[in-house]
Amino acid sequence: MADFISGFWNLYVAGLVAFGLVFCLVVLIANMTARESGEPKLQGHVWDETLREYNNPLPRWWLYLFWGTVLFAIVYLVLFPGFGAHNDGKGLRAEYDAEVAKANDTYGPLFAKYQGTDLAALASDPEAVATGKRLFLTYCSQCHGSTATGARGKDYGFPNLTDNDWLYGGSPATIKESIEGGRAGVMTAFGGVLNSDQIKDVANYVRSLSGLSADSTRLARGKDVFAENCAVCHGPNGKGAASMGPDFAALGAPDLTDNVWLYSNSEASIIDGVTRGRNAGPGSVTNTMPAWKDFLGDAKVHILAAYVYSLSKK
Amino acid sequence: MQSQATYNYKVVRQFAIMTVVWGIVGMLVGVIVAAQLVWPELNVLEFLSFGRLRPLHTNAVIFAFGGCALFATSFYVVQRTCHTKLFAPGLAAFVFWGWQLVIVLAALTLPLGITTGKEYAELEWPIDILITVIWVAYAIVFFGTIAVRKVSHIYVANWFYGAFIIAVALLHIFNSAEWPVSLLKSYSAYAGVQDAMVQWWYGHNAVGFFLTAAFLGMMYYFVPKQADRPIFSYRLSVVHFWALIFTYMWAGPHHLHYTALPDWAQSVGMLFSLILLAPSWGGMINGIMTLSGAWHKLRTDPILKFLITSLSFYGMSTFEGPMMSVKSVNALSHYTDWTIGHVHSGALGWVAFIAIGSIYFLLPRLYGKTEMYSTKLINTHFWIATVGIVLYIASMWISGVMQGLMWRATNADGTLTYSFAEGVKASYPFWTIRFVGGTLFLVGMLIMFYNMIKTIAGEKAYNAPVVAPAAAHA
Ligand code: HEC
Ligand code: HEC
Ligand code: HEM
Ligand code: HEM
Repeated sequence: MADFISGFWNLYVAGLVAFGLVFCLVVLIANMTARESGEPKLQGHVWDETLREYNNPLPRWWLYLFWGTVLFAIVYLVLFPGFGAHNDGKGLRAEYDAEVAKANDTYGPLFAKYQGTDLAALASDPEAVATGKRLFLTYCSQCHGSTATGARGKDYGFPNLTDNDWLYGGSPATIKESIEGGRAGVMTAFGGVLNSDQIKDVANYVRSLSGLSADSTRLARGKDVFAENCAVCHGPNGKGAASMGPDFAALGAPDLTDNVWLYSNSEASIIDGVTRGRNAGPGSVTNTMPAWKDFLGDAKVHILAAYVYSLSKK
Repeated sequence: MQSQATYNYKVVRQFAIMTVVWGIVGMLVGVIVAAQLVWPELNVLEFLSFGRLRPLHTNAVIFAFGGCALFATSFYVVQRTCHTKLFAPGLAAFVFWGWQLVIVLAALTLPLGITTGKEYAELEWPIDILITVIWVAYAIVFFGTIAVRKVSHIYVANWFYGAFIIAVALLHIFNSAEWPVSLLKSYSAYAGVQDAMVQWWYGHNAVGFFLTAAFLGMMYYFVPKQADRPIFSYRLSVVHFWALIFTYMWAGPHHLHYTALPDWAQSVGMLFSLILLAPSWGGMINGIMTLSGAWHKLRTDPILKFLITSLSFYGMSTFEGPMMSVKSVNALSHYTDWTIGHVHSGALGWVAFIAIGSIYFLLPRLYGKTEMYSTKLINTHFWIATVGIVLYIASMWISGVMQGLMWRATNADGTLTYSFAEGVKASYPFWTIRFVGGTLFLVGMLIMFYNMIKTIAGEKAYNAPVVAPAAAHA
């Protein structure tokens, strides 16, 4: 099918609209019969023993209503888009552009002022933080919660942004980077690499790192599995990628020793995560932080970063 | 003078009874989804979650309940007003069993998540083909009966039923054009904005022809019959019939305001929706004015109450619809509960009420009687259902306007005043009221079921003798 923007459709639409309006007008003009005096007359036919019809003239007010809507349509088509290509460009696109321009005029200076301010300073400006909070409630609360304390489950891990415990780092610049570009920490799926006993062992070891109950024989065996498979990302003692130096922080592998959890910390959940991996392609759990730079623009991202930063720097 | 032949009431009886049964099922599912919005914990199994049950509700009430009511009444009306038996009774039986099969297949596939994803056209391609075959059979029976009629003029109710049959065939075939990739999966033949336009050309005309034109056919038979008065104006029926079926076809884009659809299409949709107001009201006027000189009957006759109240709701929703088609109004109402309120003032107030009234008229006659088991219970049904509708639509209007206003409210810095979740929270009280209203409406249907069983239990099925046409009067 040709696209709606080809020239043919303009003619088609104009023809159709004209035909439609003429049709309505003809019907109306043909039926402007005046009221007859005396009793209404019955038509000659009878169906099913009792069904008959009067032939009263059309109620005047109804006719005028009909006329009114048809005339309104004609006037509208003269003034606005609708009749083929007539008035093209005066429609919603123009309306939208005008509204955006107006909003930019009104709010632009306010955001420009914030944009020029250093993030750490902005985080202690109550008005900027209030604006940031409102933006957060609109764009971020679906995942991080309206109090920014996150949510944990077997298949999702939305980090708590208030606890000063960071996957990628808590400096104002790093926070802004997380928001601008998004994050998707990748953990390999170990389902085909380790057997189920080894996975159970290492899960017990991981739990023991933050003092949760664990099976002692399993955790002993799990320590070796960890050193061989997990330490590359989570660090040799499980203290997270960032503990190995700033170059590693972008891996996003969490500290497994601090008893702060991204996902549910049950043995079953850890086993599931290690088996299927995270953000590791088909079969694994997808758990990503969207990139906001293009969608919100730098000014809003800047204020959001200041707001997030303010949450843990009290 | 009466001939020996009898009308074919069997298929009418079957469809009439199933109207009540599917009405209860469809509305029960409606009450369940209404409850799930109030208590999200009720989404226990994936098969019974809101997203799976909502299309089951819409399909069950529109195509099972509404569809059976239309088949029952159109088969009854066309025989009686053509003064002849149903053409091709074997095909009519096929229509009944085929349609029941479609309904059962819908009830199985939709909860399993087998869907095309197009609203009101969710059923997958094998079921679409089955529907097409049944529809052709239906058309043969209906138009065949018209062809062998014993009176020269075709009664007005049949124009509306006929237009409905032709239009629905057209809509179904164009909108359901799809490429099968497996037995249970297909993709639409259209893409992007064209797909959207075809979908809502279909969607709006499903409302226009399935839920409106056909039910006007019902109105044109059962209102004058029950009121025992002549139709108000033959001329008005001609004018509003042609204007209605012509205008409806172009109104679909009002479902796609402020989308990627080109401006001109949106404008045309809006203007033809406004023009649709008068033709729609033509039907309401013709129905209500038919009662002039017999208003007193309303006091004592609950069936007439159902029929006339349905016309008032019809007038209301066809006033509301054109207003919602105005772009700037739609900017507020779209995506909100206002749409849901509009839908149900049409669906409960108009479609369900006129169907219920007509079925109450039919049931006793299909068993050789003239009265339902209890007229008092019909009256009780009427009042419970009316209160139910008022609670349903009033709560949706309030929450709809509230949602629209909350979503667009902004602060001095241009940020939104309310997060989405705050709008959801503010809607809970209204969703609770809707749940109560819906439950009352369902209770009314259960009363109807009881009354129906009492009316027909132990009675012999009856087929009235074909009435010879009256000799033409002056
Ligand atoms: C679709 C869900 C989703 C939305 C919406 C979302 N986030 Fe995130 N966010 C995540 C996930 C998941 C992570 C963790 C990513 C990972 O582990 O790799 C995350 C991580 C972050 C981080 C890094 C935390 C750390 O410990 O280093 C920051 C900061 C952040 N989000 C801020 C925001 C802001 C501000 C917004 C709103 C503009 C937002 N998020 C919207 C899902 C979301
Ligand atoms: C390629 C780097 C990488 C390797 C190798 C890796 N992980 Fe991870 N791990 C991550 C990342 C990144 C995350 C965060 C996932 C997310 O953001 O959704 C993570 C998350 C986890 C979590 C969830 C932590 C929480 O707070 O909920 C556990 C438990 C875990 N890993 C254990 C392991 C174990 C055990 C191994 C070895 C068998 C392992 N990881 C190997 C990168 C890795
Ligand atoms: C007991 C009576 C009923 C109840 C409780 C009920 C309830 C509901 C609910 C809760 C929804 C979903 C609303 C949402 O998504 O927010 C819905 C949608 C819908 N219902 Fe009903 N309903 C009832 C009767 C009917 C009837 C009789 C019809 C038609 C004849 C009908 C047609 C529809 C349609 C078409 C929709 C979809 C509306 C849209 O997508 O905009 N309902 N109903
Ligand atoms: C003149 C008559 C009518 C007009 C112009 C009209 C117009 C509209 C408009 C503008 C919408 C909202 C679209 C949106 O914002 O998404 C709508 C929705 C709807 N209307 Fe009407 N309406 C009319 C009559 C009716 C009647 C009588 C019924 C029911 C019997 C009905 C059923 C519906 C349904 C089911 C929807 C919801 C569609 C969806 O989104 O799923 N309408 N109508």
